[in-house]
Amino acid sequence: MSSQPRRQRLVVEDIGDVTVVNFVDKKILDEQNIQMIGDDLFRLVDELGRRKLLLNFSNVEFMSSAALGKLIRLHQRLTQVQGKLILCNISKTIMEIFVLTKLDKMLKIVKDEATGLNSF
Amino acid sequence: MRVLRVRIMPPLTVDETLPTVLSEVRRVQSDIKDGLQAQGFGERDMFHVELAMEEALVNAMKHGNQLDEDKLVLLKYTITPDVFEVRIEDQGSGFNPDDVPDPTMPENLERACGRGLYMIRSFMNDVTYLGKGNIITMRKVKSPPEEE
Repeated sequence: MSSQPRRQRLVVEDIGDVTVVNFVDKKILDEQNIQMIGDDLFRLVDELGRRKLLLNFSNVEFMSSAALGKLIRLHQRLTQVQGKLILCNISKTIMEIFVLTKLDKMLKIVKDEATGLNSF
Repeated sequence: MRVLRVRIMPPLTVDETLPTVLSEVRRVQSDIKDGLQAQGFGERDMFHVELAMEEALVNAMKHGNQLDEDKLVLLKYTITPDVFEVRIEDQGSGFNPDDVPDPTMPENLERACGRGLYMIRSFMNDVTYLGKGNIITMRKVKSPPEEE
């Protein structure tokens, strides 16, 4: 597998004790890309001690099942450390994937960032 | 008088052999999206086909060919004004799709994998596995405009 240059895939902002994460990519695909995004998200929890993560999907138009797997692992990790994961600004098409796979029952999904910040 | 010109494109058939390189998946998806657009498929149908192709081609390269760049994926698809049909064959040892657990069952919900096949079956009209499980055929019928 060819190597990809390290580049910024996430924009991270702390608002109070909540860490808001925006995705740079419109499409969250490709094993290596997803692995790097996952590493960055897990680093927020395991190395930087963040416990309240709000993932903002406003920029995301497409994601694969591999990305869903990463979100499930992140949710499990945060649950282990008494943290919380909330997702917001999910497009109608991506929401269809969450509903289809019933992950909308497992993951907390809210309409927008303001709602998310008040939901921890 | 206003004359409406509708350009009807001839059906497109593509038969190609891909190396096991994930960047090829992006290129194929882009080609198929252009083909679907030319045949008047709507955004939602295109999203479903793109998602199913992503899952099926990544499965073929990752699980089938084990990311071995010397192995190939045989791809053949046809796009008509009514339907998208595709056949994907990898050079792996195949699998039994019935062995993949339903990811939406409560006991499987927390499993981080196994959703790709479920998404393919949900978003396409027909899905068939052939051979030893290393060949998948999929079919997507164009949705009526009101469902788009």
